[in-house]
Amino acid sequence: MSRIIRIVRLALKSLMLHKLRSGLTMLGIVFGVFSVIAMLAIGEGASAQAQKQVLELGATNVIVRSVKPPHEVTQSSTRSRVLQYGLLRSDYKILTETLPTITSAAPIREVDREIRYLKEAMNARVVGCTADYLDMNHLTLSQGRFLTGSDQQKLLNVAVIANEVANSLFKFEDPLGKSIRIGAMFYTVVGVTKDRTASAAIGGSLSGQDYNKDVYIPIKTLQAREGDLDIKNQAGSMTAEHIELNQITLRVNNKDSVLPTAQAIRETLDQSHPRTKDYAVVVPLELLKQAEQIRMIFNVVLGSIAAISLVVGGIGIMNIMLATVTERTREIGVRRALGARQRDIIEQFLTETIVLAGSGGMIGVIFGLLTPITFLGIQWFVQNFVMEGSSAGSEVGRMFFDLQPQIAFWSLPVAFGISVTIGIISGIYPAISAARLDPIEALRHE
Amino acid sequence: MKLAAQVVDLTKFYDLGSVVVKALKGVSTDFPEGDFVAIMGSSGSGKSTMLNLLGALDRPTSGQYILGGRDVSTLDDDELSEMRNDMIGFIFQSFNLISQYTVLENIEVPLLYRAGYPAIGRVEREWCMELARMVGLGDRMDHRPFQLSGGQQQRVSIARALVNDPQIILADEPTGNLDSATEAEIMDILHNLNSEGRTIIMVTHEPGIAKQTKRQIVMKDGLIESETILQQAVPAS
Ligand SMILES: Nc1ncnc2c1ncn2[C@@H]1O[C@H](COP(=O)(O)OP(=O)(O)O)[C@@H](O)[C@H]1O
Ligand SMILES: [Mg+2]
Repeated sequence: MSRIIRIVRLALKSLMLHKLRSGLTMLGIVFGVFSVIAMLAIGEGASAQAQKQVLELGATNVIVRSVKPPHEVTQSSTRSRVLQYGLLRSDYKILTETLPTITSAAPIREVDREIRYLKEAMNARVVGCTADYLDMNHLTLSQGRFLTGSDQQKLLNVAVIANEVANSLFKFEDPLGKSIRIGAMFYTVVGVTKDRTASAAIGGSLSGQDYNKDVYIPIKTLQAREGDLDIKNQAGSMTAEHIELNQITLRVNNKDSVLPTAQAIRETLDQSHPRTKDYAVVVPLELLKQAEQIRMIFNVVLGSIAAISLVVGGIGIMNIMLATVTERTREIGVRRALGARQRDIIEQFLTETIVLAGSGGMIGVIFGLLTPITFLGIQWFVQNFVMEGSSAGSEVGRMFFDLQPQIAFWSLPVAFGISVTIGIISGIYPAISAARLDPIEALRHE
Repeated sequence: MKLAAQVVDLTKFYDLGSVVVKALKGVSTDFPEGDFVAIMGSSGSGKSTMLNLLGALDRPTSGQYILGGRDVSTLDDDELSEMRNDMIGFIFQSFNLISQYTVLENIEVPLLYRAGYPAIGRVEREWCMELARMVGLGDRMDHRPFQLSGGQQQRVSIARALVNDPQIILADEPTGNLDSATEAEIMDILHNLNSEGRTIIMVTHEPGIAKQTKRQIVMKDGLIESETILQQAVPAS
């Protein structure tokens, strides 16, 4: 043990003789090891991100959303008329009745309304939904109950309000049992949901959702009281939209049938919406594939960088060591004269390369550990200087900005092992050629 | 009289393909313990070849070289290394210190390569320091070679040659790179070592240096031309 310490100490002494040269020689290894760790961390992060999204949306769910068709189409055909688009109640019926793999389906209608209680008022999203909504969106109640099937059947004017709504309308009172006004009608509050962190945006069609300003009422009640027409007064101009359903969340009986079912849903909707594509199908399970693809791209790109740096680093080390052997021929001769065996010389030069590559690897590991911070910096840079405004909101942009690298801890010893191996590989030839020198020749070397 | 080393009919030929250079053509001589020998001769006469063989840096083409009771001509490369480490102290014309090491570390180098790699402990370190003090460098043990004068560097190299308590000390023109004042200092140290009983074999060009030894061997064309005994060898008591 003390011998190893001694050998390493002497190797450090030789390397310290040319600090700059040793430092530059290490750079390739530093970058190589850093990219190995960063690559795996970003890959892990992307995969974790996708998994979280999929879990949130439900791995066995298929989500169908209404999408406003492109402007040109709507304006030319329906100028000044009511804009009618999106999923229909008949779509809901066909899907649930013709596709046997669908076990349940939850239709949703969303409108923005002012909510009032006595003198308090706020703008909220009124969501017409069914009893399934609570579970499907991972909501929990802090008070009361959620909507039930009999609320729907009896077209009751009942509402479940989100925590923030409860806090701003009912500062000092218990909201349960109170009447709130939505549009022209009064509804009795039967439950309050707890705060839930907003969900991330998924795909182009599913924007992020802030669940904390919602009011939930039975979808049939919403339909009966408010109708399908949604008139908005925006900046002085009136827009009228006729939408039957904003979203249908379909639950499939098992994971294997998710993708075929999604395909069947697309085909069914294609037939019932032949003219405009005014809906989008979001399959959470497909996000996993997407993330896998991103991970693959990262792996290929950063993997190549890592491989190139490591090879270049290895060649650099070999090059420097060959030069060093020539430069130190006399030293080798002296050591041989003083009793060093060939194997001692090999050991000495190999130790130097291993120490060189090993410390490069160590620095690379430290840089690698800083990947999450570095990535934050890159995100900041991209946000401020590369993707100004619009493109930052794109799908890829959102994925990029939501990504949090996660360091795979097994990659640290692996990356370090690679660097040491490179030290050995690139050091072995110079070391052997040093040891093979004839002591007499070496001593005579100038 | 006890022999420190002995060569019997030693030859060394270099086969260069077209010609064979006969650097040594059959040299026999004894080196009694406590001897101080100057090997002289014109350039190309075989002095360095002789010293390389005595230093176990090379094997003879034929003949015997007995050192410490073993025939060096039969040893393999590792055994030659052990022999050099254990039996021989080298003093070079150009000092040959290791530039990244301090004085003390340079003196320690032969200890790094001892058979079985025993640890360098307090006893060894104390011994190296004592050697440094003996050659007059007690206050420069942490200096690096470039911080020392030529004479001082040669003192380090002498201390290094002594660290393994060798059977013979080989010096190849040890004062060749030094001015005359420093030359005298180095010769003083070698004299002291010899009077303590150490066997020294030295190659030199200068008759003035050779006169200070106990025996002169003059070589010519790979053979010993003449041998002059100035003084009897006195082994260590
Ligand atoms: N490695 C070698 N290869 C070929 N010839 C050599 C080699 N070493 C020495 N010689 C030859 O051997 C002869 C003796 O050389 P050397 O021992 O160096 O003489 P000196 O040291 O007395 O000047 C010379 O002719 C020299 O050219
Ligand atoms: Mg010579």
